[in-house]
Amino acid sequence: MSDAAPLSSTPGTWQRLARNRSAMAALAILGFIVAAAVFGPLLYSVDPHATSDAQFAPPSLAHFFGTDLNGRDLFARVLQGARISLLVGLSGALVSFFIGTAYGLLSGYAGGRTDATLMRIVEILYAVPRLIILLIASFVFDPMVKTQLAGVWDGRWVGYSKILILILALGLIEWLTMARIVRGQVLALKNQQFVVAARSLGQSHVRILLRHLLPNLAGIVIVYLTLTIPAVILDESLLSFLGLGIQAPQASWGSLLADGAQAINPVKSSWWLLVFPAGVMSLTLLALNFLGDGLRDALDPRQRR
Amino acid sequence: MGLYFLRRFLGLFLVLWCTITLTFFLVRLAPGTPFSRERKIPPAIEKQLLARYKLDGTLWEQYRGYLGGLCKGDLGPSVKYRDRSVNELVADALPVSAMLGLSAFLLATSLGIWLGSLAALRQHQWMDTFAMLGALVLISVPSFVIGPMLALVFGLWLRWLPVGGWGSWSCLILPALTLAGPYVAYIARLMRSSLLEVLHQDFIRTARAKGLSDAAVLTRHALKVALLPVVSFLGPLAANLLTGSIVVESIFGIPGMGGYFVNSILNRDVFLLSGVVIVYCTLLVVLNLCVDLLYGWLDRRIQIYE
Repeated sequence: MSDAAPLSSTPGTWQRLARNRSAMAALAILGFIVAAAVFGPLLYSVDPHATSDAQFAPPSLAHFFGTDLNGRDLFARVLQGARISLLVGLSGALVSFFIGTAYGLLSGYAGGRTDATLMRIVEILYAVPRLIILLIASFVFDPMVKTQLAGVWDGRWVGYSKILILILALGLIEWLTMARIVRGQVLALKNQQFVVAARSLGQSHVRILLRHLLPNLAGIVIVYLTLTIPAVILDESLLSFLGLGIQAPQASWGSLLADGAQAINPVKSSWWLLVFPAGVMSLTLLALNFLGDGLRDALDPRQRR
Repeated sequence: MGLYFLRRFLGLFLVLWCTITLTFFLVRLAPGTPFSRERKIPPAIEKQLLARYKLDGTLWEQYRGYLGGLCKGDLGPSVKYRDRSVNELVADALPVSAMLGLSAFLLATSLGIWLGSLAALRQHQWMDTFAMLGALVLISVPSFVIGPMLALVFGLWLRWLPVGGWGSWSCLILPALTLAGPYVAYIARLMRSSLLEVLHQDFIRTARAKGLSDAAVLTRHALKVALLPVVSFLGPLAANLLTGSIVVESIFGIPGMGGYFVNSILNRDVFLLSGVVIVYCTLLVVLNLCVDLLYGWLDRRIQIYE
């Protein structure tokens, strides 16, 4: 790692990415899904919470994805779930980005003992079942945040307490890889001439970190941000799948999948409840991972597969 | 060497103690008591219940009492499952979870290493492309999608395997596959890139120059070095399998530790929750120690006792 040339957003990155067909396809799919999440609920004006007598109706023209146990339209629910899942994924990844980058910058730039200690902490945290602690914490803090939110803006935010906790908590557990990678890059960069020059000109450490090192990290950080989003979406849906994440009547892809998995039984299997949320979610995660891989290849031509 | 062991051992206890303390206080931080979720009970009875479970003292007294019990190997009573101790519940559930975890572990490592090596040896051929594409799909699709899908196809449509439950060997196949899936993919990717790198190194060329066959070069020289990144992934793998098993157990209705974990959070069963977390954490730190030792044994260049 230490002798590797620094990765940065060199010219030609975009062209290389544009030539990568699977990454471009992934980008198109992602654009479509994000657009559907943002504008879908406005155009498809079926209330995702409205119950009807049409229980377990298979997919038809009236209900594209069929209906669930309470006769709710699955297509509307998947669209609403997309909003929550993508929101949590993106914001959680951003939280992890801030923590991971700051931690990695500090560790790599300080070097020596500080670096060794900070990296040892990361190693230990890697081995702790973080999601298990998170599960407990989200359950414990939910009532507290709810009481806090009740006083804000007529309590209109109370319903969002779980989402807020999930974003913060998932960001708090997913920053380890980002920290490691940023640190590695900083180690490789900090002895290069432009940094040495800046230092000999008497610039402060903070200025060197923010003005000289950070811009050079942009490329690799964007790659891992792209790869952190699916990880956070996955964690969120895992929690919701277990019934410990997003609370009904709100739905994320994870909680829809939990409903779908329950609808699989020998008597009457309503396959659409499982297949559609699973398909949309897998497609999103796959596209994000493809895009991340493509970006990595584009930024680092030496590592082309 | 002795000093290294001593330090690792102390570190092990430190991590355990931190987790126990964190869990203990986190669980008790939540407002209300374990009994306040059920229908309203008279305050007098609630007081008696709290006294019976020794939940009426100050936090510090409770904590001391709990740690004291732990030292004697007593995980306390279960609040939800009346008349059963956490020790009994864990003793029932742990072998089930361990069985599932172990099969998934063996499946993930053996299949992952095999596929990864195959892909590296046939770089840029269809086999390689196919395996790596499959790996990316497996990493992206979560276990709680794969699990119910497998159950739908093999359990309900083809009727080859049971959809859930526990008791026979056939019950183990789908859960183990579901749990191992993403990690087969991770390990295959790790193994592929690491073997590719090793195969370009000088000592491999030397071995080839000596006239060794491809198979001998691979098994006697390349694999041992190429395995290192995989071995260092085994620690995180253990942690991921533990968390993953909670989901897989809930999908297939397996009576393991995962079910108790989720239920004890929902029921605020304080002792059972702490007990399960302690068992999980102990397993993890011990496994990590084993991984470190294995790593040191494989790569003599790492002087672990330095």
